[in-house]
Amino acid sequence: MTKPIVEYKDVHKSFGDVEVLKGIDLDIFPAEKIAVIGPSGSGKTTIIRMLMTLEEPTDGDIIVDGKNLWKMEKNGKMVEADEKHLREIRGDIGMVFQHFNLFPHMTILENCMTAPIHVKGENKKEVKQRSIDMLERVGLGDKINNYPSQLSGGQKQRVAMARALVMRPKIMLFDEVTSALDPELVGEVLEVIRDIAKNDDMAMVLVTHEMDFALDVADKVLFLDDGVIAEQGSASDVIEHSENPRVQEFLSRFRG
Amino acid sequence: MEDILSISQELSRGLFVTVSILIASSLLAYFMGFISGLLRLSKYTLVRKLTGFYIEVFRGTSLIVQLFWLYYAIPMLFGIPLGSNWIIGVIAIGLNYGAYLSEVVRGSVEAVDNGQTEAAIALNMSSYQKMRYIILPQAIRMMLPEFGNYTIQMLKGTALVSLISLNDILYYGNILRSSNLSQAPLIYLVILIFYFVLALPLIFLTRKAEDISKKGVAN
Repeated sequence: MTKPIVEYKDVHKSFGDVEVLKGIDLDIFPAEKIAVIGPSGSGKTTIIRMLMTLEEPTDGDIIVDGKNLWKMEKNGKMVEADEKHLREIRGDIGMVFQHFNLFPHMTILENCMTAPIHVKGENKKEVKQRSIDMLERVGLGDKINNYPSQLSGGQKQRVAMARALVMRPKIMLFDEVTSALDPELVGEVLEVIRDIAKNDDMAMVLVTHEMDFALDVADKVLFLDDGVIAEQGSASDVIEHSENPRVQEFLSRFRG
Repeated sequence: MEDILSISQELSRGLFVTVSILIASSLLAYFMGFISGLLRLSKYTLVRKLTGFYIEVFRGTSLIVQLFWLYYAIPMLFGIPLGSNWIIGVIAIGLNYGAYLSEVVRGSVEAVDNGQTEAAIALNMSSYQKMRYIILPQAIRMMLPEFGNYTIQMLKGTALVSLISLNDILYYGNILRSSNLSQAPLIYLVILIFYFVLALPLIFLTRKAEDISKKGVAN
């Protein structure tokens, strides 16, 4: 049996007095596609933000490729990770955000090229070709010299995906990537994710409200409720056949 | 008309001092503004506190008193000669406006949307890379108009150096007036025009800067 690439071990997270995550245990396997669903405020986004090192867990461990993400050994003791330690581990992880977060002062080609060149020190010519290929793959080959402000929301989100993919992550995180889009632009973004999910062998974790999409793409669905994983299983088990009343109540709001 | 010409001729002898002090003190102010503005954002409390002390002292006291401190008090108290009058003028104006500019720098860096920082982390950038490639290029666009405004103010502030007997435009104007009291209104009118003409390119550059800053920033 293959080993998980990410393990959450009893992970808790509080913001002030509010405990958002109350003990998360989760294994993510290489190439696995996981959809995280649940009511807003249930802590879905926080789960992946901790893996991207944007939030520090209050308690518990996150193990990436056998290494503890938020703790490191120093003089025989486990201490809080410093930036160097975090950077060593998070290089394998990429993320796409709800609000795109493209760099507005760079063209979309430069958006894709900056990290491979400056962070990984890769050859500029090679990075440029790879970035162009990736932008063509997401359907933006004719826009490489445009600035983000000249693009629609759907196009921006596709650039954001290309930018993350050029870094060749082993794990890609998607944080409600269609929530900020006009309804008619959602399809083009989901299409690209579907393409990535089918053809790339990285692990993917998608926080989403698109149930049909989750059903189509995900190997595993987690239903998060009130800070715990209330239900998990194959997409059809959770979305179509769950007997958990909370899941049914949540899903009924989508079926209308 | 002839009077105006002869007054202008006399005043222009101070042009070099005014302009050279403006250039040198703005460079010093920009430098101090950047350094202390960024230090204000340091994760070390002591660094933030010390920088804050510099900023508040120089913002909270008058420029002319600072000038006199550097010129009269410090050399007397500590026996440290701070160099020529020109250097003292540059240091006083540069440190004073550097304190104001540091707040502009700090404010602009903080105004860059937090999503930019998160995107930089998601691309595994170090703190330095994040600052250098993502945050500063955007923050600088936002700073430009304020830097322009403060540079215009610095130009006007340079007139104070006439009080530590530096031969700038105002100094020559005052000399001229003391030997020709009836011409005082005309002399001061020409001085105003001198400063205004010097400020014109700065005003123009500030407008340009405002246009630039409107583009290419996430906030």
